Amino acid sequence: MTTPVRRTLIVMPAFNEQASVATIVAEVARALPDVTCLVVDDGSADRTTATAREAGALVATLPFNLGVGGAMRTGFQYALDNGFEAVIQIDADGQHDPTEVPALLEKLDEADIVIGARFAGTGDYAARGPRRWAMRLFAASISAIAHAKLTDTTSGFRLSGPRAIQLFARHYPAEYLGDTIESLVIASRSGLRICQVPVAMRPRAGGVPSHDPFKSAAYLARASLALVFALIRPRSTYRSEGEPS
Amino acid sequence: MNVASYIFGIVAALLVLVVVIEMLRRRRLRERHAALWLVAGVIALIVGIFPQILAWAARLVGIAVPTNLVFFVSIALLFLVCLQHSAEVTVLESKARVLAEKVALQDLRLRQLEEAQAAPRPSRSRPS
Repeated sequence: MTTPVRRTLIVMPAFNEQASVATIVAEVARALPDVTCLVVDDGSADRTTATAREAGALVATLPFNLGVGGAMRTGFQYALDNGFEAVIQIDADGQHDPTEVPALLEKLDEADIVIGARFAGTGDYAARGPRRWAMRLFAASISAIAHAKLTDTTSGFRLSGPRAIQLFARHYPAEYLGDTIESLVIASRSGLRICQVPVAMRPRAGGVPSHDPFKSAAYLARASLALVFALIRPRSTYRSEGEPS
Repeated sequence: MNVASYIFGIVAALLVLVVVIEMLRRRRLRERHAALWLVAGVIALIVGIFPQILAWAARLVGIAVPTNLVFFVSIALLFLVCLQHSAEVTVLESKARVLAEKVALQDLRLRQLEEAQAAPRPSRSRPS
C-alpha cells in the first residue's frame, strides 16, 4: 500500500448510536488493526460516548449537537493537530463497510478526495423518486464543477488527503447537507482533485431510509439551495490565510 | 394637530432616546447594536419638534398622507434591526460551534494525558 496505515484516521460521527457504534468500532478494529479510530459523539443523549470508549475507540464528545458537518470538522481538526495524512469518514450506522477502506486509500496519490460511490456498479443500493433525481442532478453538476466523473456526490463514505484535511479543518460546512455537496464544491473551487471508487453499501443497522415524497421534495429543495449558495459564495469565505488571493 | 399630540410625539421620541442611552450607560446594550435605535429616536425627535419636515419629506417622495411615510420608515428600521440580529445570531452560532469543537478536542487530550500518567511506567516492574 502506498500510504502507511498508521497515518490514517477513521472519523465516525455518531449521534445517539449506542446500539450500533460498538459493533462498528469493533469491525473497524478487525478490518484495519493499525488505524486510529476517532468517534465524534455529536451531543448524544444516550451512552454513545461510554459505549464507543469501551469498544476501544478514541472519543471526542461535543457538548451539544452540531450535525455531521460540525462533527467531521472536529475530526479534521484532530487529524491536523496530530499529523494524520488521511481522514476517512465512516458512519456509525453500519452503512459503510470498513473492508472497502484500502480501496479508497489506493487512490490517495491521484486525488485529494476519494468518494466511495454507491451507484458505480458494486452493491445494490438504489434510491427512488425525487431523491433519485436530486442525486442525479447533483452528480451531474458537481462532476462538471470538479472536472471528474462522479456518480454519487451525497455519499458520506469518503477519504480526505492532506490538502483536504488542511482545508476542511477550518472550512468544513456545518449547514444541513453542506457536509456532502458543499464540501465538494469548496474542495474543487480550491483546486483539490476529486475521484471516486465504486463501493458496496450495506443496509443501515438502525433506522430506515425515508420514502415520503414530501420529505424527498424538501430534501431536493434544500440540497439545491445548498448547491446554489456553494457556487455563488465568494472564495474569500474559505480561503486559508497565507494563500495568495 | 393640536398641542396634546405635538407634545405626545416629542415625549415618545425622548422616551426612546432616554431608554437607549440609559441602557448604553449601564452596558446593557453595545454601541453597535444601539446605532439603529439611536437613529430612530433622533429622527422621531426631529420630526416631533418640526412636523413640517415630515410634510416636506412626504411631498418630496410623492406620498400623499405624511403619516404613511412615518409607517414606512418605522417598518424599514424594524426590518433592518431584525436583519442585523439574524446576522448577529449566525456569527454567534459559528463561534459557539468552534468553541464546542475545541472543548471536545481538549477534553479528549486531557483524558489521554491523564491515562498516560495513570498508566505504570514501563521501567517499573508490574506487581506479580
